Amino acid sequence: MSRYLEKTVAVTGVGMSEINRNTSVYPFLLAVDACRKAIADAGLKPEDIDGATCWPASLDGVGEGFHAAAISDIHATLGLKLNWYSSGEGAGQFGGINNAIAAVAAGYANHVLCWRALGQRYPDPTGGPAEPERLIGWRSWSAPYWAPSAVTWVSLHASVHMNRYGITREQMSAIPITLRRNAGLNPAAIYKDPLSFDQYMEARMISWPHCLYDCDVPCNGATAVIISRLDAAKDMPHKPVRFEAVGSAAYDRMDTWWARNDFPHMIMHDAAAGMWKRTDLKPKDVGSAHLYDGFTYLTMLWLEALGFCKEGEVGAFIEGGQRISIDGELPVNTNGGQLSEGRLHAFGHLHEAVVQLRGDAGARQVKDLKVSVAGVGGGGFGGALMLTNQT
Amino acid sequence: MSLAPQPGRQLPLLNEMNRYFWISGATGRLQVLRCGDCGTWIHPYAGLCPKCRSGKLAPEAVSGRGTVVGYTVNQHPWQPDVPVPYVVALVELEEQSNIRLLTNLPGCPIDAVHIGMAVEVCFEDHGDVYVPQFQPRSAA
Ligand SMILES: [Zn+2]
Repeated sequence: MSRYLEKTVAVTGVGMSEINRNTSVYPFLLAVDACRKAIADAGLKPEDIDGATCWPASLDGVGEGFHAAAISDIHATLGLKLNWYSSGEGAGQFGGINNAIAAVAAGYANHVLCWRALGQRYPDPTGGPAEPERLIGWRSWSAPYWAPSAVTWVSLHASVHMNRYGITREQMSAIPITLRRNAGLNPAAIYKDPLSFDQYMEARMISWPHCLYDCDVPCNGATAVIISRLDAAKDMPHKPVRFEAVGSAAYDRMDTWWARNDFPHMIMHDAAAGMWKRTDLKPKDVGSAHLYDGFTYLTMLWLEALGFCKEGEVGAFIEGGQRISIDGELPVNTNGGQLSEGRLHAFGHLHEAVVQLRGDAGARQVKDLKVSVAGVGGGGFGGALMLTNQT
Repeated sequence: MSLAPQPGRQLPLLNEMNRYFWISGATGRLQVLRCGDCGTWIHPYAGLCPKCRSGKLAPEAVSGRGTVVGYTVNQHPWQPDVPVPYVVALVELEEQSNIRLLTNLPGCPIDAVHIGMAVEVCFEDHGDVYVPQFQPRSAA
């Protein structure tokens, strides 16, 4: 399968800023910090960086909120000289990462700096964009029904799936409870105190079946990675973590959350299928999974979509949490995920996969790890990556 | 039948791609885009029929009957002017399984909502926009 060129590309550096719920540091400066750390971690200098991507496409000079660091701003701050850059949409929040992999494989750039920066807990001095009087696009189909949040859209899917297969909230609880236990081993996580079953079952409901603990934690924070040619990576400080397969497929309607023929499947089912087509490895070869947990049910659907269990069996698969614990057969979100570490829009998951595959995860290290999968997104927006330390 | 406008409805901007749907209520019959060549129903709007790529598409009245396939009881006050809890449900039209529409199931007690419930369209009148809603079929 050597014709798939993502196998010639590696992550050679990672960096993460502090993740916080307060307003002590201007969010753009968190992005600068994460980028500098990633470049240094790769043993590089800013002058070695010749490519840049971020997600999502960001307006110049915003520096806060959902778009805390545009390419132009990081370019100006680090004095970059770029042969190639790209931002914008793609396979979920991994759009920029996928572009970087392709650019390195195509020879557009040797070392691409990729980041995601969020300042969602930083007050927007303008008070945010004014709500338009009339809506366009996807929101124009959902907002008239008092459904402005993705938690409602995910919950609709969850109800279908739970009704069809008898999956329970008691089973669901294993995800936030296990992830919180993992976060206790991650000094960077926002919430580290254990979450009990009773706390979970008594928590304020947001949109059934998702309670407060099933919703990820908005934060300020930034994550950056360096993506390089694998042959260059061999001379760099860390053991390279190579891409084994990219999953960026969209095989059914993606402009709405519920027009798919195979509803309640989501785009993760396509992304996973596309990823498996590009590797000889099988689910049993995967040692850790870093799966989107904006809302608990997305993680559950990712487990099924990736084939770790059969459709409808995820409730039994996660029940009690042992199987998905750090010492279980498939550790999930070993850093605590977005439910406990903070919502870094899947770049936290990618960062953790790399740290784990390097063997640098300390108290939360997964033993004998060789292959990890990261999956991001839900609805009509998502992608998957498989990474390995076997080069 | 027409329902009184409820608070907190954020309404769509009408354009060539969606007007037929949101003004359906003026005639009391829900309109969905349909392929004139192969009969496929399409929602939301697409430029060609995704099945046969025909450009012969036109809105056509549907029966307005459907089934609740999924729902959530929303407890979080996203909009200060909308009292909680309320239901957001997804209805599959009887014409074609992937034509799925949202509704709040007005007039239906939360305890009575269930998957598989038979429903029928009604419209909430906002002047130029009629928000399609669904009610239990026996009550409609
Ligand atoms: Zn057709």
